[in-house]
Amino acid sequence: MYNSIVLVKQVPDTANISGKVMKDDGTVNRAKLPAIFNHEDKVALELALQVKERYGGKVTAITMGPPRASDILRECLYLGADEAYLISDRKFAGADTLATSYVLCEAIKKIGDYHFIFAGRQAIDGDTAQVGPQTAEKLDIPQITYTEEIIEVSEGKVKARKKIDGGYEIIECKLPVLLTVLKDAVQPRPFSAKRVMAFKGAKSLMDLEKLTEENSLLYIDKLTHEYEGRGLYIKTLTMDDLKLEDDRCGVKGSPTKVYKVESVVLAGGGHKKVEATKESLGELIDQLMSDHIFG
Amino acid sequence: MPNFFKDNKDLQFIFNNLDLREVVDIAEDSFTQAKEFNYAPTDYEDAIENYRKVLEVVGDIAGNFIAERASDVDEEGAVLKDGKVHYAKGTQENLKQLAQADLLGMIFPRKYGGLNFPFTLYVMSTELIATADASLMNIFGLQDIGDTIMKFGSEEQRQEFLPGFCRGEYTGAMALTEPDAGSDLQAVKLHAYQDEKGQWYLKGVKRFITNGNGNILLVLARSEPGTKDGRGLSMFACYGGDKIKVRRIENKLGIHGSPTCELQFNDAPAQLVGQRKFGLIKYVFDLMYRARMGVSAQALGIAQAAYGEALKYAKAREQFGKSIYNIPVVANMLIDMRVIIEANRALFYNVAQIVDLKEKLDEKINKLKAEGKPFSEENIRLKKIVKEANLLTPVVKFILTESANKITYDALQIHGGTGYMKEFKVERLARDARITNIYEGTSQLQIVAAIGGVVNDILAEKFDDWEKKNYKGGVAPLVNHLIEIREIFKDALKYVLERKDPVFQEVAAKDLVELYSCLYIGYILLDQAEIEPNKVFVANRYVLTSLANARKNAESIKDGLFGDILHAEKILA
Repeated sequence: MYNSIVLVKQVPDTANISGKVMKDDGTVNRAKLPAIFNHEDKVALELALQVKERYGGKVTAITMGPPRASDILRECLYLGADEAYLISDRKFAGADTLATSYVLCEAIKKIGDYHFIFAGRQAIDGDTAQVGPQTAEKLDIPQITYTEEIIEVSEGKVKARKKIDGGYEIIECKLPVLLTVLKDAVQPRPFSAKRVMAFKGAKSLMDLEKLTEENSLLYIDKLTHEYEGRGLYIKTLTMDDLKLEDDRCGVKGSPTKVYKVESVVLAGGGHKKVEATKESLGELIDQLMSDHIFG
Repeated sequence: MPNFFKDNKDLQFIFNNLDLREVVDIAEDSFTQAKEFNYAPTDYEDAIENYRKVLEVVGDIAGNFIAERASDVDEEGAVLKDGKVHYAKGTQENLKQLAQADLLGMIFPRKYGGLNFPFTLYVMSTELIATADASLMNIFGLQDIGDTIMKFGSEEQRQEFLPGFCRGEYTGAMALTEPDAGSDLQAVKLHAYQDEKGQWYLKGVKRFITNGNGNILLVLARSEPGTKDGRGLSMFACYGGDKIKVRRIENKLGIHGSPTCELQFNDAPAQLVGQRKFGLIKYVFDLMYRARMGVSAQALGIAQAAYGEALKYAKAREQFGKSIYNIPVVANMLIDMRVIIEANRALFYNVAQIVDLKEKLDEKINKLKAEGKPFSEENIRLKKIVKEANLLTPVVKFILTESANKITYDALQIHGGTGYMKEFKVERLARDARITNIYEGTSQLQIVAAIGGVVNDILAEKFDDWEKKNYKGGVAPLVNHLIEIREIFKDALKYVLERKDPVFQEVAAKDLVELYSCLYIGYILLDQAEIEPNKVFVANRYVLTSLANARKNAESIKDGLFGDILHAEKILA
């Protein structure tokens, strides 16, 4: 029996951009972008589910994000996660990787009882690939990055294959361990129809609070209790629940400052045919050097 | 990220206007199952929400995975190696995903692990899957052989066979056809016999068996020695295995992913399903409703895919300095295709709901009988609805499968020379469509099945009600056209009946069935146009085309065109 925690993130769908998605000040207008499940995190969840299928145990998905991130936690439940946690607080807004990994680390400590932490290599919005490794460091556990395959788990150790330049490495490592996962490691399974029907109504604390705002006859404690009873409560952790230091969260805890965001339009201006002769190739190299693409 | 359900506006329209209240209420035992199963709906709205979400899952798998693999599946095909059938790699992956998504036991009750979905939603899923890969539909669609076991088998048999389907461990096959018993199933010879302990065994040959390598086979066999007709046939269930040899698989024009097997039963142990002698006359007839609808959904899916390819190609292809989409003749072909597809889909889901209600009323009556409660009211309704289903399921099969051929033909035509090449999907679709109007009863046999209901004008009451309805706006003038078509129909029917010539009547049947079905479809489209303004275009083109065809139909009946059938021998000499 091996328990896994999977770190997942809701990201803007940068592959399907329509309309004006960048504000004049250069920040991303998230309202204009559909939010999706970061693909590599879905692959991470799939690996966790496969570990569960092979060895037994429990899979817990957690995300730090705004209230609407509960969408992807429901998706985690559709895919087979046993439990889901939303880590959410207004004060988390604007967090960089340092502040994010601090919050995640504290949440993981609170949830406890894990052998594996899986995370996607990186999210398609920030592309930093830092949150996984930083979380492992803060938890003081080993990490395997760029994981492609879990070969075997036994006697408190995992054997995994990780990708390196031009090949792979087989690594053995004691548990607990954090693994970041590459997108081609495994194909995520589809949603299970039964789980979609069972968990479509799962709600986080913020989802339920919204219901109480719309209907004054509902009380949040009673509602939470009711959803817990029906197995439809997405556990929600806030700043207070985690007893976090104010200075280490959100914008305050984030030393990274974005200097400038630029909209780069890649214009492929025509093409030129190069004959496979020595002279033509020489000219091509000269051209590339003078354009500073080489050298 | 294409989603074949979410992206299909017409299917969304159909889904949003389904009326399944009674069906769902019966299927869900007035929503008492929610206490036992966390995925059972709590009320009708919840059930519809469940169906929508699950269809989105089907649409996602179909659009993003199955469709992507379809060309490779077609290229690789199923193969027979060392006596074993191997699916193409893509087919294997497709089945694995469908099993992971719990979609291989959609119609079975929850206590066996199924989703307990109404038939209408099951065939909607079938359409989506066929749009992606027609050959996969054959394997997906065979989950409904479990339905025969569900309805007519014993509780032990249900518990033995159904959970394996629901978990995706079993695929099925329906073994009816033999070398000398194709359309004429009364001639089935495969021998079923019992040993002294009462164990049944099967011996003989079956041919053209779709997925004959499946784990569970439903086999029609002659259990009554000395008999020659359908009354000597019983239905059996057995496991595929050493005693059932796959002798060959056919090298087919299309649906390459679906293995079509010749099977040799070497004293294969089997279980009797239901009662002896009822195999053909009751159980096969019962499964034919669903089988016809399944193949029709396959045809509709292929047509949808072909139209999609043609539209995409027409927009992208430039000739004479513009995209060919802007050439009126091409645009007109595309509109024709779109109108036929929407008309067919309107008919299909109307009839799917009728079949659904028929199945559920049957279930309800059985339950009332068992509880010793009165059921005469339900019985009267069931009888009426059975008559409708008897007429309309063959009509659907005839119309939709013939249309699929016409639409794939036109879609290939729009592609020009390119369409004839393997690089484009449309040539596969044209090949795949070709089987749909042949198997599960040829078009000619569907007409034979439908003509009785047409001659007896069993939809008269419905037409009367429609004629009395007060349609508004652009739709109103179309009613007059439909009234005219009805007159033409009545006139033609009278002419045929008065000739009292069975040979002539048989040949004229096709025109009569066409006349009758375009009336029915026409009115469904008028009803749709009342809800959705864009459907006025569809209704308009459909009704006007139908009127022109109706005049032609009537003429070919009345001007004695078929008179020469009596001289067939001379003409064909």
